[in-house]
Amino acid sequence: MKRFIGFIKKEFYHIFRDRRSLFILFGMPIAQVLLFGFAITNEINNVDIAILDHSKDATTKEIINKIAASKYFSIKQFIDNEATIETAFKKGQIKAVLNFEKDFSKKLVIGKKATIQILTDATDPNTANTISNYSSSILKNYQQGINKNIELSYQIVPKTRLAYNPELKSVFMFVPGVMTVILMLVSAMMTSISITREKELGTMEILLVSPLKPFLVIIGKVVPYIFLSVINAVVIIVLSIFVFQMPVQGSMFLLGAESILFIINALSLGILISTIAATQQTAMMVSLMGLMLPVILLSGFIFPISSMPVVLQVISNIIPAKWFIIILKGIMLKGVGLAYLWKETLILLVMTSFFIGLSVKKYKIRLE
Amino acid sequence: MKKENAIQVENLTKMFGDFTAVNSISFEVGKGEVFGFLGANGAGKTTAMKMLIGILKPTSGSAQVAGFDIKSNVEDVKKSIGYMSQRFSLYNDLTIKENITFFGGIYGLKKSVIKEKTQILINELGLHNEANKLVGALPLGWKQKVAFSVSLLHNPQIIFLDEPTGGVDPITRRQFWEMIYREAHKGKTIFVTTHYMDEAEYCDRVSIMVEGRIEALNTPKNLKSHYKVDSMNQVFLKLARNIE
Amino acid sequence: MNIIRYIVQKEFRQIFRNKAMLPIIFVLPLVQLIILSNAATFEVKNIKFGYIDNDKTSFSRELIEKFDASTYFNVLTDFPSAKIASSAMLKGKVDVVLEIPKYFERNLVKDKKTDLSLTINAIDGATAGVENVYINQIVQQYNKKAQVELMMGGNPEFRPQSIETIPLFWYNETLNYKTFMVPGILVLLVTMITLFLSGMNVVREKEIGTLEQINVTPIKKHHFIIGKLFPFLILGIVLLTVGLIIAKLLFSIPIVGSIGLMYGYTVVYILVILGIGLFISNYTDTQQQAMFIAWFFMVIFILMSGLFTPIESMPEWAQVLTEFNPIKYFVQVMRMVMLKGAGLSDIYPQFLKTLAYALIMNGLAVMSYKKLT
Repeated sequence: MKRFIGFIKKEFYHIFRDRRSLFILFGMPIAQVLLFGFAITNEINNVDIAILDHSKDATTKEIINKIAASKYFSIKQFIDNEATIETAFKKGQIKAVLNFEKDFSKKLVIGKKATIQILTDATDPNTANTISNYSSSILKNYQQGINKNIELSYQIVPKTRLAYNPELKSVFMFVPGVMTVILMLVSAMMTSISITREKELGTMEILLVSPLKPFLVIIGKVVPYIFLSVINAVVIIVLSIFVFQMPVQGSMFLLGAESILFIINALSLGILISTIAATQQTAMMVSLMGLMLPVILLSGFIFPISSMPVVLQVISNIIPAKWFIIILKGIMLKGVGLAYLWKETLILLVMTSFFIGLSVKKYKIRLE
Repeated sequence: MKKENAIQVENLTKMFGDFTAVNSISFEVGKGEVFGFLGANGAGKTTAMKMLIGILKPTSGSAQVAGFDIKSNVEDVKKSIGYMSQRFSLYNDLTIKENITFFGGIYGLKKSVIKEKTQILINELGLHNEANKLVGALPLGWKQKVAFSVSLLHNPQIIFLDEPTGGVDPITRRQFWEMIYREAHKGKTIFVTTHYMDEAEYCDRVSIMVEGRIEALNTPKNLKSHYKVDSMNQVFLKLARNIE
Repeated sequence: MNIIRYIVQKEFRQIFRNKAMLPIIFVLPLVQLIILSNAATFEVKNIKFGYIDNDKTSFSRELIEKFDASTYFNVLTDFPSAKIASSAMLKGKVDVVLEIPKYFERNLVKDKKTDLSLTINAIDGATAGVENVYINQIVQQYNKKAQVELMMGGNPEFRPQSIETIPLFWYNETLNYKTFMVPGILVLLVTMITLFLSGMNVVREKEIGTLEQINVTPIKKHHFIIGKLFPFLILGIVLLTVGLIIAKLLFSIPIVGSIGLMYGYTVVYILVILGIGLFISNYTDTQQQAMFIAWFFMVIFILMSGLFTPIESMPEWAQVLTEFNPIKYFVQVMRMVMLKGAGLSDIYPQFLKTLAYALIMNGLAVMSYKKLT
């Protein structure tokens, strides 16, 4: 036992002496959380648009004022003809053009119908779609306003309640994701590098020859990183709660326990990687290139899984990050407990045992 | 009258923070000499050598190698010297031929010259079967020999060897020194550090560094008679004990 | 000049001899391009929908049918009570719950007014917003239909004025997300590979000791650096080429603009990334450190590049920071040239900035490389 403690101590020394890596280890999550909280958002604001007004009458002026007043849009240009649209789009100066037809007022009052074209640069379909939707809403509002005098009968009024996140804060969606991605990448990468470095330097053989059981060698390598990752997790949670008012509706204790489970899961994945990688370089590249994009894209972190093709939805099931994000959102935003999350927890447990079991097997094979 | 020296060192000093690794050493090495630069681990040998080959900046003092000043003309120094580092520094993932091509090319050798030299090297070392094998697959002794030969490709006048025989078996060590002598006979100056005291016997002159200073500088014969001992090993022990 | 050739030759030999790394460099990114491009979409589809019908009339059933008919929603179940529905949402079984009040039909016909109750899982704010829009669209459509039915024979004088909006989507009529994401993901992959490889390259030689041997030779700094960078430039271009072919063949991404312009810009861009990687490599002692630092900057650059979230939505200070983000320019240029057919005159601000960046970073890399420590 004493040997084991001594071994763990050595691992801690390694880590704390490498100032640069330590800085990144702790600095990275903080930087990311801050970025996501303050800078990254899915919401559309201040989109640069242009107005092409063929009528220039009182009605169009009123509508344009309404658009200008909206926080979604920022009117950058007033253009005169269709030809300039193409150039403006190509140069990326504006994202949309509102095109009012001629004789707008007249057509509206007499013919009861007037048209506005909403031309969007759909190379970014998300923004284009949202711009279309927002501008339509603003116009519908205006339309309702002018029709106030006419008794609008037969109104169905939907009353919407936004559950778990009434202010539609995007940070609520991102924080669980950021935490998951960071814990996963840092843990997996760190352990895989740590173990392969010993292999490369040749010191691994010394360890294996020592009376310390191989199983304990692996555990010893992993323990310091459990501590580090837990600290990371705590920092992220604290930041989210105090800087972004992220709620933790459910049990803190459960949150902690599940986080530790996920950390162990990520670490064991790192160990698995280290059994197949011969050099540090390979381990690092596999951890980063092999894990980063899949974790970010397939875990439901940014893109909703339900919108993906079925094949990918199935694949996403083997990504531990996906389950952990569900757990995090459940505990923090929905306030549910183990009763609702037992399935996801069980899946993580099974995955972890699988990674560890496979690593031990591969490790033993190498020894023989 | 001073004949032109291959290496001229004056009060060369290197400090790392408060720690003085090389403490104002001065010496000369004549052309064609086999000069042994001895000392225990940590005495400052490697640091001194790194300054002479132009990859470490001295804190103070000066030195001329092959007639060029190591501070102002360091690139000219590099054209005239060959180096074999303590750590094996050929590419393990390239073959012998590929390593030769690479280093020959970097020194600006023409393709035909490289080809010729490759043939000579392989013949001399008897590595016909290994020529296209990865260097990493060779046993240590062969690797060292190849590294030595590579350092000679551009026909340098001075060759710096940093513990070239570390970890190598006695027979290979002797073969290695035979190679060194061959180059010395051609008129090349050899500057070699080692902490194998028996190898010191092979040198024309020897200096012994202790804690950053040169505590002895003479031929092995003179040193042995001065300290009244039979071997360089004993000379060294005496020196170390004196300083304690 | 010849000297550079020898360095390049050595680097290529080492790259291709490294059997473990080859699939990671070539196969992995392309596999990811193919698979992950399908994942990246903000389209909201298959929304898990449940309802509580307290009215159970033909009107209410018709409303529900409208949701069922929509491709956006998956009508999963009808809940007997609000409590059960709420529990289901907690479990994640549904994301939208519609509750139709009792007397829905009666209130509409008699009082000419009624309301509906909707609960949306708003954890993902952006998706919730979009869901809300779709819901409103469907309700309004239904509303219109009901109005027409109920108002049959009404006075045309009192017909409401309607402003019709016609959405037109340029460059991407079908709002295909892949058109947007594939060039972006390709950018990411090329960037990651070139940054990591160049970042680790010099450090690795430091770690194993061969760098010392190189520093003893009279080789000039800039020859060395050019020789080291050139292979990775080629690698990046090759990856880009294969990626573009896949984009065209597999995803039918339009390539409207000049391919020559795209390549020209890409070369300059990759030089920036290589310069950054090399710069990092000069200041770190171990491969691990180099990797970490490279990773740190890369994640931040990627997130702030406008690839996943729009730059215009960021606060002022963040937008200023993105001026220093080379990835942002690459994403912009790729989209502008590939999808909109922009020409050199359209992208020259980005081009100039990237060029300046390349000169600065590589200059720094050469300066910070010390043959003499």
